[in-house]
Amino acid sequence: MSPRTTTIAKAVNEGLRRAMEDDPKVLVMGEDVGRLGGVFRVTDGLQKDFGEDRVIDTPLAESGIIGTAIGLALRGYRPVCEIQFDGFIYPAYDQIVSQLAKMGYRSGGKLSLPVVVRVPYGGGIGAVEHHSESPEAYFAHTAGLRVVTCSNPADAYFMTQQAIRSDDPVMVFEPKRRYWDKGELDPAAEPLPLHAARVARPGTDVTVAAYGPMVRTVLEAATAAGAEGRSLEVVDLRSLSPLDLDTLVASVERTRRLVVVHEAPTFLGLGAEIAARVTERCFYHLEAPVLRVGGFHLPYPASRLEEEYLPDLDRVLDAVDRALAF
Amino acid sequence: MTVPVVGGPGGRPPQPPLVQLLTPEGERVEHPDYSIDVTPDELRAFYRDLVLVRRVDAEATALQRQGELGLWASLLGQEAAQVGSARALAPQDYVFPTYREHGVAWCRDVDPVTLLGLYRGVNLGGWDPAEHNFHLYTIVIGSQTLHATGYAMGVQRDGAVGTGDPARDTAVIAYFGDGATSQGDVNEAFVFASVNNAPVVFFCQNNQWAISEPNERQTRVPLYQRAAGFGFPGLRVDGNDVLAVHAVTKAALDRARRGEGPTFVEAFTYRMGAHTTSDDPTRYRIEAEVEEWKLKDPIARVKALLARTGQAGEEFFAEVEVEADRLAEHVRSACLAMPDPEPVSMFDHAYRDPHPLVDEERAWFEEYHAGFEPAAAAGEVQR
Ligand SMILES: Cc1ncc(C[n+]2csc(CCOP(=O)(O)OP(=O)(O)O)c2C)c(N)n1
Ligand SMILES: [Mg+2]
Repeated sequence: MSPRTTTIAKAVNEGLRRAMEDDPKVLVMGEDVGRLGGVFRVTDGLQKDFGEDRVIDTPLAESGIIGTAIGLALRGYRPVCEIQFDGFIYPAYDQIVSQLAKMGYRSGGKLSLPVVVRVPYGGGIGAVEHHSESPEAYFAHTAGLRVVTCSNPADAYFMTQQAIRSDDPVMVFEPKRRYWDKGELDPAAEPLPLHAARVARPGTDVTVAAYGPMVRTVLEAATAAGAEGRSLEVVDLRSLSPLDLDTLVASVERTRRLVVVHEAPTFLGLGAEIAARVTERCFYHLEAPVLRVGGFHLPYPASRLEEEYLPDLDRVLDAVDRALAF
Repeated sequence: MTVPVVGGPGGRPPQPPLVQLLTPEGERVEHPDYSIDVTPDELRAFYRDLVLVRRVDAEATALQRQGELGLWASLLGQEAAQVGSARALAPQDYVFPTYREHGVAWCRDVDPVTLLGLYRGVNLGGWDPAEHNFHLYTIVIGSQTLHATGYAMGVQRDGAVGTGDPARDTAVIAYFGDGATSQGDVNEAFVFASVNNAPVVFFCQNNQWAISEPNERQTRVPLYQRAAGFGFPGLRVDGNDVLAVHAVTKAALDRARRGEGPTFVEAFTYRMGAHTTSDDPTRYRIEAEVEEWKLKDPIARVKALLARTGQAGEEFFAEVEVEADRLAEHVRSACLAMPDPEPVSMFDHAYRDPHPLVDEERAWFEEYHAGFEPAAAAGEVQR
């Protein structure tokens, strides 16, 4: 396959397709993933090509999806579950947190649960409630789960396959408002490790760390800042559990300032954990406290307010200014 | 090996009988267990409700197409299931809807404009539930069935069942779809309602589809038969027959009010439109199926009965059309006039009592936005 320009949604589709071709034990399951190809068309064509045994339109029950995926995994399958929208993962929370995350540990390593849970997440699409949430911290907080998120088609393609190959359960958060963003994908390229962060844009004055949907926002902020003579280094975290702190710390040691950006509320979010750990490791390098830009301590608001709720270029630059002013 | 799957949209298993009082052709038929005496006034009132809610729905769909709503979930085809059941409610009864119950809302005197707020994105549900005994829409599939059951348990504890006083005895009705019956919450609601003998009616609009998934992906038995396993009665009614739905729901509500416990009503109907305005049903269902259901239209049969029996003439039908036009115009102009909320209002109501973190974030937000204003006034872009 040759290098090409594609979208995140199509890249996930190709990643799933490749994984299904490589391993007959890989299954895709979820609500409307078969005949319809998913509400975002991410699984488009898979049922047609791999059949109803391998691409399963499940009953409308998220706990059922994850619970039966666990059973299938115990029987040697590698299920890839789609949760239709972020806000509908909670009926499955018990199966994910109490069963999926812990079963390997409880078995003393005798059982492995190679289940992937794909979650389109985040806001910015003008949707009704429960369709715009960022629940990743709940899962990063849960030992036993790996949590990753892509920000571009290449990562979407490779992460999907790496997650499926992992013998641990992996939660893959897909930035739904970026599903149609285009980018380069070279299927023959050597992918980054699943849990590596990546410097998405080098800079010297402030490190801005983000993931998923906010990477593009932060890159745009970096361009705007560049035009005003400030050089931002953008780190795409990619993996939320484990965190690749080494890449981040190396960056912060150069720039001496860190702003962490995510859509999820800042209170007890990924930014809080990152701030604590980076401060611990970079205390004598830091010229300013680690600042966070994120959602407020509110339920996700009605969509006509979401532009005010969500971090945007201006809020990122405001935090950059504050970091530089210290 | 291929795992066998029953049925499929093309080859569905034969369907069990359903309660019907008005055939698709508009013939009144009798049923041994359910009868209904409808006066000409009542029949005309049903017709009016059906036409008006269909018209509101069409207007909302049009508003969505024009970008005035973010989304709309159409009730097209389900008018009789909603109007027939909701008109059986007493004022003190309480309703727990999904996101599609616009016809029920109408019968609970919720101004249709109010329904649009959620779909326009200016609020998360704009009406006062207590004012209408009509709860907020619930989008998370199935959750509200448990809320309805709990509410009914409260009704029981208040002694508001089985008194014989029609103004006091209270029933609760939970609306949900065929897809929802697969959710754990819904099955738990059945268990809680059953063991508590709660005064709740589980009203399932089986519109045959859960987005792209046909009934066969949720069940191998007719849904109403599930009730037996939980220990309460269930029955299937022609969901496009407003008279049968009314009779059946009234009987179930009366039973609940008498303190005799829950009932499962499966209103067998059809989703004539897309799941929502975001959906494209041509990807998963055949047009012939839709055509077949067009012949079972819930409004045409009432109109046929009214006309044939001389209970209404052209003048009445024309009047209802005029009223529908006026209502649609009201919905349209009020929707267009609906203001966007003040940004800072998003900090309201997360808690009833003050919360320091929310207060701090609100203060930051106000200060941050104040920083933009002078520049905006001067017409320059500033951060
Ligand atoms: C817990 C949950 N999972 C998934 C969804 C996404 N979703 C919205 S409507 C729907 C189908 C519902 O089908 P049904 O219960 O038959 O109701 P209908 O829409 O046909 O009225 C799905 C899967 C949701 N809203 N909530
Ligand atoms: Mg349905």
